[in-house]
Amino acid sequence: MLDARDFELLAAIQLGLPISPRPYRDIGLALGMTETEVIARLTVLKRIGLIKRLGVIVKHRQLGYRANAMIVWNIPDAFVKEIGRRISQAPFVTLCYQRPRTLEWPYNLYCMIHGKDRDTVLQQLEQLGADCNLDRFDRQILFSRRCFKQRGALYRTPEPAAPAELAHG
Amino acid sequence: MDEIDRRIINALQTGFPISERPYLEAAQALGLSERELLERLETLLQEQTLSRFGPLYDAEAMGGALTLAAMRVPEERFEEVAGIVNGFQEVAHNYARRHTLNMWFVLATETPEQLRDTLDEIERRTGLTVYDMPKITEYFVGLKLEA
Repeated sequence: MLDARDFELLAAIQLGLPISPRPYRDIGLALGMTETEVIARLTVLKRIGLIKRLGVIVKHRQLGYRANAMIVWNIPDAFVKEIGRRISQAPFVTLCYQRPRTLEWPYNLYCMIHGKDRDTVLQQLEQLGADCNLDRFDRQILFSRRCFKQRGALYRTPEPAAPAELAHG
Repeated sequence: MDEIDRRIINALQTGFPISERPYLEAAQALGLSERELLERLETLLQEQTLSRFGPLYDAEAMGGALTLAAMRVPEERFEEVAGIVNGFQEVAHNYARRHTLNMWFVLATETPEQLRDTLDEIERRTGLTVYDMPKITEYFVGLKLEA
């Protein structure tokens, strides 16, 4: 199980790894851990999925991704898991979730396609519809118009805070 | 950003070694020197092409809670309502979308109870209905955006 030192480590690197030749040694120096301990703990945190990934976190709009569509479908409950799995395998799909329907909003499957131009996104969506046989279901395409706010959500762990980030728009 | 920067971004979105000399290993895989990789990462961070170089945590596994919420905001009140919503530190993302449900935002809080409280407070302060659309299932996606 995780202990206090794991949380200290998570808090220490949440805003980024040192950009230096021995980053894990440098983190350890600040926390009173050896480089070996830092490496061992991070390896476990990664393996159990608390750290989803390690590396560059991009600002997608800075890379030119401005045609970003959220597509929602109304899929019968009996098929939604299978279709969700298939949609999530398309290389251009960046997020895929099942969410509850509400009275006014009957859609239960959501995915995002981040694109540099709208035509490409619409073509990809058409391909997805054909590959996963989705054309029989009601859907809506919601392109983002403006991004008002985007930051990594900061979580306070027992010690402060861990970022989680979703590229939603 | 040049071709080498693009290769760095593409390669290091999928993983970074946990070893004594991780930048050296990553640089060798890219055919670069360790020093060049370090310098380029520094520059990409300074230019804010990258928001971060480091970990992406599983917020829920850390005990936090997330949800997606939407509102139907009258066009003439859009700026005012966006100001109110963005003022909540629990709001991590907020996007205008082309639809009658025209404002979509992600909330992140330390506990599930705080989510409900925050949604209620947003309803109270804006006088508008907030549709809460928490996730039921997250399908695995290897999120990667080619630079």
